[in-house]
Amino acid sequence: MPTSNRETYFDQPDGRGHFGPYGGVFVAETLMEALKELRLNYEKYLQDEAFLAELDADLAHYVGRPSPVYHAERWSRELGGAQIYLKREDLNHTGAHKVNNTIGQALLAKRMGKTRIIAETGAGQHGVATATVAARLGLECVVYMGAVDIVRQEANVYRMRLLGAEVRAVESGSKTLKDALNEAMRDWVTNIDDTFYIIGTVAGPHPYPAMVRDFQAIIGREARQQMQQQAGCLPDALVACVGGGSNAIGLFYPFLDDKSVAIYGVEAAGDGLDTGHHAAPLCAGRPGVLHGNRTYLMEDSDGQIIETHSISAGLDYPGVGPEHAWLKDCGRAQYVAVTDNEALAAFHALTRIEGIIPALESSHALAYAAKLAPTM
Amino acid sequence: MSRIAAKFESLRAQGRKALIPYVTAGDPNPDVTVPIMHAMVEAGADIIELGVPFSDPMADGPVIQRASERALAHHTSLRDVLEMVRAFRVNNQETPVVLMGYLNPIEVIGYETFAAAAAQAGVDAALTVDIPPEEAGELLPALNGHGLDAIFLIAPTTIGSRIETICKAASGFVYYVSLKGVTGASHLDVAGVEQKLNEIRSSTDLPIGVGFGIKDAATAAAVSKVADAVVVGSALVSQVEALADTPDAIAPALAELLAGMRQAMDANP
Repeated sequence: MPTSNRETYFDQPDGRGHFGPYGGVFVAETLMEALKELRLNYEKYLQDEAFLAELDADLAHYVGRPSPVYHAERWSRELGGAQIYLKREDLNHTGAHKVNNTIGQALLAKRMGKTRIIAETGAGQHGVATATVAARLGLECVVYMGAVDIVRQEANVYRMRLLGAEVRAVESGSKTLKDALNEAMRDWVTNIDDTFYIIGTVAGPHPYPAMVRDFQAIIGREARQQMQQQAGCLPDALVACVGGGSNAIGLFYPFLDDKSVAIYGVEAAGDGLDTGHHAAPLCAGRPGVLHGNRTYLMEDSDGQIIETHSISAGLDYPGVGPEHAWLKDCGRAQYVAVTDNEALAAFHALTRIEGIIPALESSHALAYAAKLAPTM
Repeated sequence: MSRIAAKFESLRAQGRKALIPYVTAGDPNPDVTVPIMHAMVEAGADIIELGVPFSDPMADGPVIQRASERALAHHTSLRDVLEMVRAFRVNNQETPVVLMGYLNPIEVIGYETFAAAAAQAGVDAALTVDIPPEEAGELLPALNGHGLDAIFLIAPTTIGSRIETICKAASGFVYYVSLKGVTGASHLDVAGVEQKLNEIRSSTDLPIGVGFGIKDAATAAAVSKVADAVVVGSALVSQVEALADTPDAIAPALAELLAGMRQAMDANP
């Protein structure tokens, strides 16, 4: 249950991108000017009616928004307890919430006169969503992807290439999402004049965590309205999976000041939090600085980032968006973790009981909802 | 006067420019680092930049990234690097040592504890790549309070009042990144560098070092005509990588490369 006494949660970040002690701009000097240019444009276009109208039209006619809220009646009955509603971001064009953000950032890139788009991707969903909007806007697109992820997410690699993107394998470090992010940053530093870097989650240096949140908050705005229409009330609890945390913040953000709504972010416990093989920085990490922001990290006692483990490539990241770190510390959201096996069980349950095949990432949220519902 | 200020003063008196080699501590193994440092000083290095290995060196190119990976394979930690500096100081109290790395290993130790331990080990300055002055409100007093200089980067994209902000936070020297890109990139435009250095000089009296893109005696000599110090990194680390299987050959090879640069720089009219 919420424990903080804050009046509002909508006053973050501050002008320099801090969510309490988290967030900020921790990058090499070579990126500072580009981030400033991005921040100024983002602030400007967020108030620009023509930009917002184009974004809304694209979200409606290209993405297919609003996505439905579905009452999982059979599954709710089986679990016993709370009624479970699913916000069906899987029904968006490209099959995930990622496109809400890539549409927004790509429109911004176009306004800023950039001709080349780069992105990092883990599971490949963000890469596909980026390649999709780049194709539509006729922009060159390069996607960095860890060599390990390229193997385990082959289908998405194929889709990105079909869409005309160049997928560059990243062979450094752990060869997963964090290394892809490093490599994309390096590309950006080198090609800063013509290149726009579309970060796929609410991490990275300011303004990315705030900007990606603002583009993803459509999830929660719709859900808040849909719940009032369909259930006649706000939900008692929100549950979303957290890797970097963009779908979660998108759902949570519009509800932050609704004090009656409990908020749960679900991290990947992998083989179990006590095994060390997991991707749960909020549950089992500690604050540090990586990828341009201060946040909770998975690190060793020397401050080196450690390899994460999750059955789901999209949650396999050693950091987390700084706003989640802040929400955890001020008690507005609770962060929990479920194991690979629990997520798999929920995956099969939803598939067999509701006829909806969820992503492995979302299956973590489902697994926690299945634990929570009977207690409510 | 700090060891760095004293070094630049004595170089100025001799009409010479500083040669600053960079190597990653612990690469390819922790035992060779201190001997490499001594060999570099003998070959003409004025200041040593010692890289602190980090798992995610975002601002570095593949050469220095692989150096970090080799060092981390031996678990070379920030505390280990301080021990190397302490060992170096047994036989050298004169050559300034700058630690170059990323913020997270320092965060883990704590700014104050790190600064005290670094000063005590004989470190002279820290260049923390991923902390711009805006975020350095707590780190700076910790460093300066223990007599450590804070080196900051200025990039080709750094413009206007930001140059002043950086120079105000900086001490020891400022480090101009001579091109857009990561360490080890190519194409260096000396005339463009000179123009930018003039702009920086209107904001500070600190010496200016130039790095990123200096790979041989010719580029070192060309840059030393316009800068106060020449920083050489990837060119040396490439040698370390090539000789990683025969570590004893590394120190002489680096010394030879640096001696050539030293000679070319000193031959400048």
